[in-house]
Amino acid sequence: MTALLTTSPPPAASRDLAHVSDEALLSLVASSDDQALAELYDRFGRVAYGLALRILRDEALAQDAVQEAFLAIWRSADRFLAERAKASTWILTLVHRRSVDLVRREDRRRGEPLESAGEPAAPETVEDEATLGFERRVVQEALSRLQPEQREALELGYYGGLTQSELAERLGLPLGTIKSRMFTGLSRLRELLAEAGLESSYP
Amino acid sequence: MAADPHSLVAPYALNALDDEECRAFEQHLAVCERCRNELAGLKEAAASLAYGAVGPAPPPELRERILTQARSERENVTSLPQRRRSWTAPLAAAAAIAASVALGLGVWSATRPASTNVFTSVVSQPGSRVISMGDQGALAVARDGEAAIVLRVPRAPAGKTYQAWVIRDDGIKSAGLFGGGGDASVVKLSRPVPRGSVVGVTVEQAGGAPQPTQQPFVASGEKT
Repeated sequence: MTALLTTSPPPAASRDLAHVSDEALLSLVASSDDQALAELYDRFGRVAYGLALRILRDEALAQDAVQEAFLAIWRSADRFLAERAKASTWILTLVHRRSVDLVRREDRRRGEPLESAGEPAAPETVEDEATLGFERRVVQEALSRLQPEQREALELGYYGGLTQSELAERLGLPLGTIKSRMFTGLSRLRELLAEAGLESSYP
Repeated sequence: MAADPHSLVAPYALNALDDEECRAFEQHLAVCERCRNELAGLKEAAASLAYGAVGPAPPPELRERILTQARSERENVTSLPQRRRSWTAPLAAAAAIAASVALGLGVWSATRPASTNVFTSVVSQPGSRVISMGDQGALAVARDGEAAIVLRVPRAPAGKTYQAWVIRDDGIKSAGLFGGGGDASVVKLSRPVPRGSVVGVTVEQAGGAPQPTQQPFVASGEKT
């Protein structure tokens, strides 16, 4: 387990949280430290919003999803400590969950393939281009190297918010086929991301 | 649901289960180490898909809205910050927890009286095993299923209690209530722990619940 915290209290004034790990920030958030929440938002807010927007396709709903997710982080960061996951995984899973809950409630899922829905704009600032743009390219490149039916299962499930049963019905395939495409797709994606050096390590 | 629960691990990682499937899989997850291990990697891969959707920046006022709301919640619940901080403290000192377990064991081996506490009395039985419950504590199970846990948790909030559970494929049963607080809680479980079980702890309303109302925040890391 990563070293989460030091036992000494954080300095009271002008704290520089830039070099604090995501995991340590979460444990500060668990102690109701709002500066740590702000720092986490600065690190993940943009990715979170991009994801929510991709799923919900509506700016107001996407903002709601991101807000709910960060407030859930605020309220339940102590639960992360028992999780076997990177902080980024935990945070983005929460954002995804809220977005999917909302899209299912609003029933905003569309019938057409997601590819035709228009790619979101690439990040525009130099700094974002250097980090988010790189990660975005790596993930999209990895996705493009999956077998098309694996990619379809991941995209319709993850970005489309469809359940496995809805996906099976929509594609006219047995549920077992969908499950196995999701499994092989995610496993392969994991390998490809590791090869590209994006994935840090789950042991 | 007749499907093999193992096959739900990828759909679960993608949040592609409906509510009922999701609950069923989470119950399975509590007793299946293989799925927990598999899930960790798949969830990470799934979460990285978020980066494939990076788009325009959110409006600046979203940040303020979130922070304002968060601060107002903190002010409304005055007792919470202290409780929350104490939750993180034990985990911060992961080594200290291991030490508290070791201390329990040490007390037993050095000075012996099996009655020192129920944990050490279980551990002192031949053939008993100690199983980690993460950084917060440990479970000891004797050969006949008699079991105790040592757990470092803060005192349960007013109106709440900790509740231990024996979790098996065929169901979940309450194994006792306790209040937490102090250096560590040592709790003798009120029912035996059969082989193949997982022991978990949740926070419930005072008086306990017939079935857990949340995911265990701590659970023994392997089946007994």
